[in-house]
Amino acid sequence: MTTAAAGVLPATSRPSRITGFFPILRGLLFAVIGGLIGAGIAIAIRSAMGADPFDRTPSANGTMPSTEQIVTVAFVFGTLGWLLGVGFWESTVSGWLGYRTKGVPTDWRRYLTVSEDHKVIGIQYLATFIVVLLIAGLGAMTMRAQLSQPGNTLLSPDTYNRIMSFHGIAMVSVAVASVMGSFGNYFVPIMIGARDMAFPRLNSLSYWMVPVVIASLFLSQLLGGWDSGWTAYPPLSVKNASGQVMFNLAIIVFGLSSIFGGINFIVTIVKMRAPGMGWGRVPIFVWSVLAAAFLATFFTQFFAASLTMVLLDRIVGTGFFVGQGGAPLLYEHTFWFYSHPAVYIFVLPGFGMALEVLAHLSRKPLFAYRWAVAALIGIVGMSGIVWAHHMFVSGMPNALLGPFMVTTELISIPTGLIFLSALGTVWMGRLWLTTPMLFALGFVFNFLIGGVTGIFLADVPTDISLHDTYFVVAHFHYTIIGGEIFALFAAFYFWFPKMTGRMLSERLGKLNFWMMFIFFNLTFLPMFWAGLHGMNRRIATYQNDLANVNLFISISAWFLGLSFLVFVINVLRTLLSKNAPRAEANPWKARTLEWLISSPPPVENFPSTPIVVGSPYGYGTGGRPHAVFALTGAADEEVTA
Amino acid sequence: MTTMPLVAEEHELHVADHAETHLAHHEEEHDRPGINRLGLWVFMASESMLFFAMSAARLYLNGFNGPDKGAVNLGLGIGLTLILLASSWLGYQATGAISKGKRRRAITALLLASLLGIVFIGGVGIEWRTAEFSQNSPFGTAFFSMTGLHVLHLVTGLIGLLLAANLIRKGQFGPGDHWGVTAVVRYWTFVDVMWLVIVFPMLYLL
Ligand code: HEM
Ligand SMILES: [Cu+2]
Repeated sequence: MTTAAAGVLPATSRPSRITGFFPILRGLLFAVIGGLIGAGIAIAIRSAMGADPFDRTPSANGTMPSTEQIVTVAFVFGTLGWLLGVGFWESTVSGWLGYRTKGVPTDWRRYLTVSEDHKVIGIQYLATFIVVLLIAGLGAMTMRAQLSQPGNTLLSPDTYNRIMSFHGIAMVSVAVASVMGSFGNYFVPIMIGARDMAFPRLNSLSYWMVPVVIASLFLSQLLGGWDSGWTAYPPLSVKNASGQVMFNLAIIVFGLSSIFGGINFIVTIVKMRAPGMGWGRVPIFVWSVLAAAFLATFFTQFFAASLTMVLLDRIVGTGFFVGQGGAPLLYEHTFWFYSHPAVYIFVLPGFGMALEVLAHLSRKPLFAYRWAVAALIGIVGMSGIVWAHHMFVSGMPNALLGPFMVTTELISIPTGLIFLSALGTVWMGRLWLTTPMLFALGFVFNFLIGGVTGIFLADVPTDISLHDTYFVVAHFHYTIIGGEIFALFAAFYFWFPKMTGRMLSERLGKLNFWMMFIFFNLTFLPMFWAGLHGMNRRIATYQNDLANVNLFISISAWFLGLSFLVFVINVLRTLLSKNAPRAEANPWKARTLEWLISSPPPVENFPSTPIVVGSPYGYGTGGRPHAVFALTGAADEEVTA
Repeated sequence: MTTMPLVAEEHELHVADHAETHLAHHEEEHDRPGINRLGLWVFMASESMLFFAMSAARLYLNGFNGPDKGAVNLGLGIGLTLILLASSWLGYQATGAISKGKRRRAITALLLASLLGIVFIGGVGIEWRTAEFSQNSPFGTAFFSMTGLHVLHLVTGLIGLLLAANLIRKGQFGPGDHWGVTAVVRYWTFVDVMWLVIVFPMLYLL
């Protein structure tokens, strides 16, 4: 029954398939050609306007507008070239022009071009972001090497800042897209009983923009990189090396990808639920993705706008942040207006995932399901009114401090509700302590620390001394690694059998969990202490009296890094060995829809449209199943005939 | 694990037998027109946030102060607004025509709408050339970036209109199926509305 996944694709009106030479290589070639065309256009425009195209006189801010203009136009055309080359020409654009379109090959090559199957796209996201996670993790290891002793000269201060900036944005992109892009794409349609996402082609576009982002972050290093961190505040970001321009362009593209993804999830979840799946029967993971999708769709624009304003200041000399009337605080407002909701884009799918695993593996109904859903909605509703808690020491009007402190503390109430739902679910449950369950419980523990320390940061008096110290670094690593990444791993161990039809080793899985849990805490707990003792973030050295704690943190961090190797070994061993244990359809005896179909799922997901007749979490209640498949209908008659 | 539910397995068996036999009825059961419409609405709502962000920036930099008297050409602004309105109206004529199967009429209306779009862009060009403030001043920053953002959207809409006209010429849309035309026209109207309710008041009226 697993053969369906590999060999047969739906008969579409597009029988011929994208062949020719490797789409990715062609994409690269077209990207180069596009880039050259773009550069040519920029040079032509500059000449036409009477400016020397290669003018080397720096602007008032010390930047090189001529180069940056050429880079910008080249980037735009290079991106278009990449997308056309990698398959959108045949799959989409030729159709817009009224020519025939082509489908995607059905064998393994579908992973390397513009497949529209949500399961393929989910795997593409997963593989990509695991690689990004590991690369950005290497950046962290390097930073900890530098910080293992004060005054270390391993890295120059400038190199340190560049690595720190790269690590930050690469990890933020992992946080934005890893759970949503991979498990969201793969499982949301299945969990609501749909055959695919609402807009499959848009979905593949979302994914294929991601390589542009990653490649540009690397290419930006050729232009001097950027040293302004993932937040890229002006005035620094208007005055530093030209690598900043590539950063801004790359992240605008990433924003676009995230917006397209958000729209797709909203429409899919609103419109494509199977018959019988009222809002009260939607699995909590799907709810959490809907909430995060909403944030991604309506707030990402503000990040894009912030980055665009920086870009315009650099390349066409507008005065948003520098010059006569420039206002750097404007950037902080628009940036955090996105980036605070963004932390909920990171963590809400993590919440959903953890609750999902906790309920299935405690074999109890999800506690206070309705309150958890209400909490998700509450968080989305309030997430737009707390942003300035990142700006308590920025010099904004004092009258704003109190209100933002209050709203921030209010938004912890819905967050707390979700927490209670998690605790109530495991309370008196028959916990099945498999690896995914361990990671979900680890999430609960870590997120508690992350959330509670957030309160100190939300309090104006304490934040005034904690801001920009390692206390903040510890806080957000607790929420993001301890929260979201632990949930990502829970999801991975939970769903890997479904996606591949193979079981991971539980022994290595548990080793992975315990190493990660212990060394994560040993790395980040002392950072609170270091921060309280005045260690500043984003700087390559620190006071001598913090030497011991930093050495300790560095050593723990390297072991934390090793725990990811255990993970990689576990996965590769299972995927490459011929006799890895096979997964049955429902190894966890769970109730949601994805467990009612084979592992891996057939191409069309379901034999016929499922009919939802009960709660996804009705464990031990002796009630109805979550869903059944219609026994009548054309599809089934065929079989019985 | 005493209370482990077994319902799941029953259905699994049923599924396992039949998994390979059914393929290929992508989407038929879903409400495709409704999905498309909702998708476009959500996209436009999301895109409008970009205009709100730029308006916020404009207000932050410049408060409720407008440009100095006479710095922008209000007459030209009103003229441009009327041109856009006419262009949207023509777009709707095209949708109406194609839904009645009148291809020629639809193509003509789309081309005229695009033409007005181009005239509009030309008008903005004149405004840019004659502006008396530098792009570095607070108002200039807002003015050039907001009009620039809007023109960028117009250009994408223009490409959409022309593609749709070309597809009609090639015989693609008809009374039963003209979502492509409806969608680009609706987007075109959206871009006009952004001018009417955000860019124009923010830059000419405040
Ligand atoms: C439970 C409620 C939370 C509260 C009350 C809270 C509060 C805060 C506050 C006030 C700051 C600003 C600290 C400063 O810069 O001085 C902050 C920083 C941060 N928080 Fe939270 N937080 C909470 C949850 C989260 C969650 C769930 C995430 C992510 C998943 C998160 C991620 C971050 C990040 C990334 C930063 C630092 C951004 C930077 O400056 O680079 N927080 N938090
Ligand atoms: Cu925040």
